[in-house]
Amino acid sequence: MKDNCVIEVHNLTTAYGGAPVLWDVDFELPGGQIIGVIGPNGSGKTTLLKTIMGLLEPSSGYVKILDKDLDKVREKIAYVPQRESVDWDFPASVFDVVMMGRYRSKNLFKRSNKTDVAIVNESIEKVGLTEFKSRQISQLSGGQQQRVFIARALAQKADIYLMDEPFVGVDAATENSILKLLKEMKETGKTVLIIHHDLQTVSDYFDYLVLLNTRLIAKGTPQEVLTEENLTNAYGGQLTLLAKVANLIKVNQFPIREKDVDL
Amino acid sequence: MNEFWIIFTASIVAINAALLGAFLLLRKMAMVGDAISHAVLPGIVVAYYLSGDKTSVLLLLGATLTGVIAAIIIDFLSRKVRIHGDASIGITYTLLFALGMIMISTWMKGNVDIDMECVLYGDIALINLDKIMVDETLYLGPRAFYVEIVAFFIIGSSLFFGYKGFKILAFNEDYAKSLGINTTYWHYALMTLVSLTTVVAFEVVGAVLVVGFLIIPPATAQLITLKLKRMLFWSAAFGVLAVIIGYYVAIWLNVSITGAMVSVSGCLFFIILLVQRLIKKLTILPSPKL
Repeated sequence: MKDNCVIEVHNLTTAYGGAPVLWDVDFELPGGQIIGVIGPNGSGKTTLLKTIMGLLEPSSGYVKILDKDLDKVREKIAYVPQRESVDWDFPASVFDVVMMGRYRSKNLFKRSNKTDVAIVNESIEKVGLTEFKSRQISQLSGGQQQRVFIARALAQKADIYLMDEPFVGVDAATENSILKLLKEMKETGKTVLIIHHDLQTVSDYFDYLVLLNTRLIAKGTPQEVLTEENLTNAYGGQLTLLAKVANLIKVNQFPIREKDVDL
Repeated sequence: MNEFWIIFTASIVAINAALLGAFLLLRKMAMVGDAISHAVLPGIVVAYYLSGDKTSVLLLLGATLTGVIAAIIIDFLSRKVRIHGDASIGITYTLLFALGMIMISTWMKGNVDIDMECVLYGDIALINLDKIMVDETLYLGPRAFYVEIVAFFIIGSSLFFGYKGFKILAFNEDYAKSLGINTTYWHYALMTLVSLTTVVAFEVVGAVLVVGFLIIPPATAQLITLKLKRMLFWSAAFGVLAVIIGYYVAIWLNVSITGAMVSVSGCLFFIILLVQRLIKKLTILPSPKL
């Protein structure tokens, strides 16, 4: 293991049914950085995150976090699933959901204590949702729901954060505030791994990139990764089409995100 | 007095079922509740067969295991064999239910008072035949009532102490796993409780209609609440309300008591739904929820 390596993935292959979604992926990720995982739809980005978090069993290969098995360092790693992965009509308030960040297998039978409450309030404050603390989660906008998920991960007080598309369905203002928060986390030495799909913003947001399309296409700094060759390898013919659409959006100023309506 | 015991026993059945049903509903597993309630049939038949007329607590626990086995088979089929969720439920519970029916029709002739009518509706009107008496004089109520009370304490204390576990399992199972929580353990804990509920409710409301007690009251409660604890409270309240109204409707119309209870429960659901829609239409603001 190199110095400063927080996540090691070796020869990782994960399959659904018969078809591999990840094939022989191998990389080591540096700590204290904001790392982007990019690739076309269906390229195995979410599968990679889930396999790292132990939610999916790899067919072969292994993952090490801080040079240890996941189960030994659970406390140090926090997961932010896709916003669409849960039912937001669930009868719970913002506070209730963020409190789940304090749940551990050992404390499930105990009531939450004062320290937990303080940490939860602090996490809600950090994402700017204090005034919505007791609101039911279905009565939040998409951006606010995303921030609830981030607050829940913050409440875990982890060192490494894995986030699955935190910028999807989020308005520009929220995207900026999330980004600011991520940069603050980086300042305090945290590592953040983010699945991202908007190629336009990749070089602004990330210090390090992993480019994926079932196989690992490239890894390194944005300058190293974002070459035409790498992108063509990952996106194939799709890229030119994507670039055209992106240009069109830029020219015509179409709104590309859902509006953040404050209910 | 008979009337009082029937309503009281059915109310506890309703509370037990509603509390667990709320978690099934939130986990989008209403059909699993349906499956378990049918799948326990062979276990129950074996329990009745081995114990003769009186069901012993130990055998009831054995029957509970049948429901858990059904949950395991469903899980195995959908995860390992990759058969779609609802298909694996359909395969499992129809198979076990059919086995139970064969057992009833071959073993049970004249031996034990269990027949298909009992499977469908339960024997709520007859629970008083099996009484608990002290010194042959002091009447303490039907045995079914005490069985339900025991089940209530098991279910109530499990939900009270395991509240956080069941809550996070229902909201976000993957996230719970990422925290290192053993979700398999919690899943089967819930399945065991559901199975226990349906087994002990069998005698009172039958294997089929217990589904109505499991699902309808929580679905009604979900319409009007925004907090899990309140949803649990209102689930139980709607369940009990349906039992009380249902009983008198059944007496008035001279129809099946359990059938009337579940019908009333369903009507309550649609009434609440309608009222809620009306309020939404009349006020532009989101409807005031409890």
